[in-house]
Amino acid sequence: MNTKRILRGTTVGLGLIAGLASVAVAEEITIATVNNGDMVRMQALSSNWEEATGNTINWVVLEENVLRQNVTTDISTGGGQYDVMTIGTYEAPIWGRNDWLVSLNEGMADDWNADDLLPAIRGGLTVDGTLYAAPFYGESSMVMYRTDLMEKAGMEMPDAPTWDFIREAAAAMTDRDNEINGICARGKAGWGENMAFLTAMSNSFGARWFDMDWKPQFDSQEWADTIDFYLGMMKESGPAGAANNGFNENLTLFQQGKCGMWIDATVAASFVTNPEDSTVADKVGFALAPDNGLGKRGNWLWAWSLAIPASSQKVDVAKDFVSWATSQGYTELVAENEGWANVPPGTRTSLYENQAYLDAAPFAEMTLQSINSADPQNPTVQDVPYTGIQFVAIPEFAGIANQVGQQLSNALAGNQTGEEALKNAQALTVEEMEAAGY
Amino acid sequence: MARAITPRKKIMWTALSWGIGLLIFFPILWTFLTSFKSEATAISDPPVWFLFDWTTENYTTVLERSNYPLALMNSIVIAVGSTILGIIIAVPAAWAMAFVPGKRTKDVLLWMLSTKMLPAVGVLYPLVLIAKYFGIMDSRILLVMILMLINLPIIVWMLYTYFREIPGEILEAARMDGASLKNEIIYVLTPMAVPGIASTILLNIILAWNEAFWTIILTTVNAAPLTKFIASFSAPEGLFYAKLSAASIMAIAPILIMGWFSQKQLVRGLTFGAVK
Repeated sequence: MNTKRILRGTTVGLGLIAGLASVAVAEEITIATVNNGDMVRMQALSSNWEEATGNTINWVVLEENVLRQNVTTDISTGGGQYDVMTIGTYEAPIWGRNDWLVSLNEGMADDWNADDLLPAIRGGLTVDGTLYAAPFYGESSMVMYRTDLMEKAGMEMPDAPTWDFIREAAAAMTDRDNEINGICARGKAGWGENMAFLTAMSNSFGARWFDMDWKPQFDSQEWADTIDFYLGMMKESGPAGAANNGFNENLTLFQQGKCGMWIDATVAASFVTNPEDSTVADKVGFALAPDNGLGKRGNWLWAWSLAIPASSQKVDVAKDFVSWATSQGYTELVAENEGWANVPPGTRTSLYENQAYLDAAPFAEMTLQSINSADPQNPTVQDVPYTGIQFVAIPEFAGIANQVGQQLSNALAGNQTGEEALKNAQALTVEEMEAAGY
Repeated sequence: MARAITPRKKIMWTALSWGIGLLIFFPILWTFLTSFKSEATAISDPPVWFLFDWTTENYTTVLERSNYPLALMNSIVIAVGSTILGIIIAVPAAWAMAFVPGKRTKDVLLWMLSTKMLPAVGVLYPLVLIAKYFGIMDSRILLVMILMLINLPIIVWMLYTYFREIPGEILEAARMDGASLKNEIIYVLTPMAVPGIASTILLNIILAWNEAFWTIILTTVNAAPLTKFIASFSAPEGLFYAKLSAASIMAIAPILIMGWFSQKQLVRGLTFGAVK
């Protein structure tokens, strides 16, 4: 009798302990992310990870700029509201240097292969040998063009065009009567809007933001040439109201068949070739971003990446999630559910060796070449003291570039000349940099 | 003597009023229509007005992707809570300023209003650190307190303006009849100022409902209201206008319905004291 009671008691006890243990292991993490197509897909597929681990996720999905403001406030005050944050190549080195992020050099899942990451992307997220964020999808910029309009203009797009060719082709493709603009490019003010495009473009013209003594360089001939070319080309062949156009506005124009060429993020390739949304899906060709023969192309490099703030109390679970979401296994999961054309691009070498992906994504090779040709450590023709291609990886950059972007957007709108815009840009940058102690 | 209005003039004024009304209402109508389109139709050029394949798919997607009931409940609690708390504090304050003004009452009123001129971001870090210290980040109580403080100057000003329209002699008579200060405010002043208080409540609920800076930055999941819900559907890289429109309609529908039912009180309150 007593033995039975003891046995029963022990069984119940063990059951309770086991139950409690399983409850204790299951954690709830909060992830902040942007509302981009690939991220939304990750949110939908994350139930796989939840089922496999027993953990649960609270998603906070926000528009890019709102997200940036939210996570910056949280991380700089050590708020600890998020366990995983979606950040870009601009934030990763700055926050890593401030010790705001957890190192991903160790503690990731065993099958998470860091050596498979594309070197350019990995380099952009690493500070002094420490990887601070795992890339979720990477992008560069390239030329997307209408093959039918190019043919009609009697021209042939080379794989690696020059800026002069682009301007000439844009003029030839422009047909104002039929609302076709030879070239669409960003004009909306903002460090991640027109300044991403113009900073990358200026690199190919030999310009730079700062010299080795951190002196602003907007008064240089190279910047004058860049802006003169940009304004001239947009005036000749750009759409009306280009000063208000960002990624989405140009995407709309291109999908409606109103752009001959569009130079923008490689991630746009999957949108413009999707027959459900694009009226020109079967008439799109791709080429590398243009150059001027100076050894640097006008393409940028960006990776939306997952990082863990140092204030997180659940680092191990967070690392487990980051490992899962940025692994080769996740890519296969997306392919299984949504097809190979929809897997997050631009982070892993193995993806570009996968024939199924290469067959499904006609833009794959150009994306890889664009990413590989970008070097955030040596972004310009002349030497610079900073890293970053379409940005300068210092905390002051976003604020300054927003103001410079406003000046150049005003010039595109015709409210001032390019010369005046650059003069104002130089003055405000000098002032801000002096105030920041450079 | 009243002026005769000719039928022609009447038609003209009616048409003009309708024209202005429709112009103001147009963005909401367009958002409503877009919310029933596919993403491709939403950006079609020329725009399609009514003849498209109506779909509720956007609403389904929005409901699947986010916790709408929680966001709605948070918005209601935050907007109503902050307004009620503000009214409780502002009624005695406005009474004092309207009926027993001191030498510096005008200065105090102006100072209160001047706090509205401070850019919100200027106090962002102190407030976040205070909230963190008390462990109330991402809580409804924090949002109720903050929004109450933000709207308090407006509540006090509005009530002050309404109270000034009420003759002080009535309150004096109540006092002579032996009413205590508490009874004077609750049983004499408040009933007379009901239209004013009602419109103050309605306007401040709308202000709190639409407040986007603090509600987005001080919340993550538990206290996230509809402003954060909308923000999650805006995308700089990708065209999700139809889904964004569906989310917007879902976020403004409750306040729109409330405004519709209480428009009489709203108009009465806003024009209270305008005609003597």
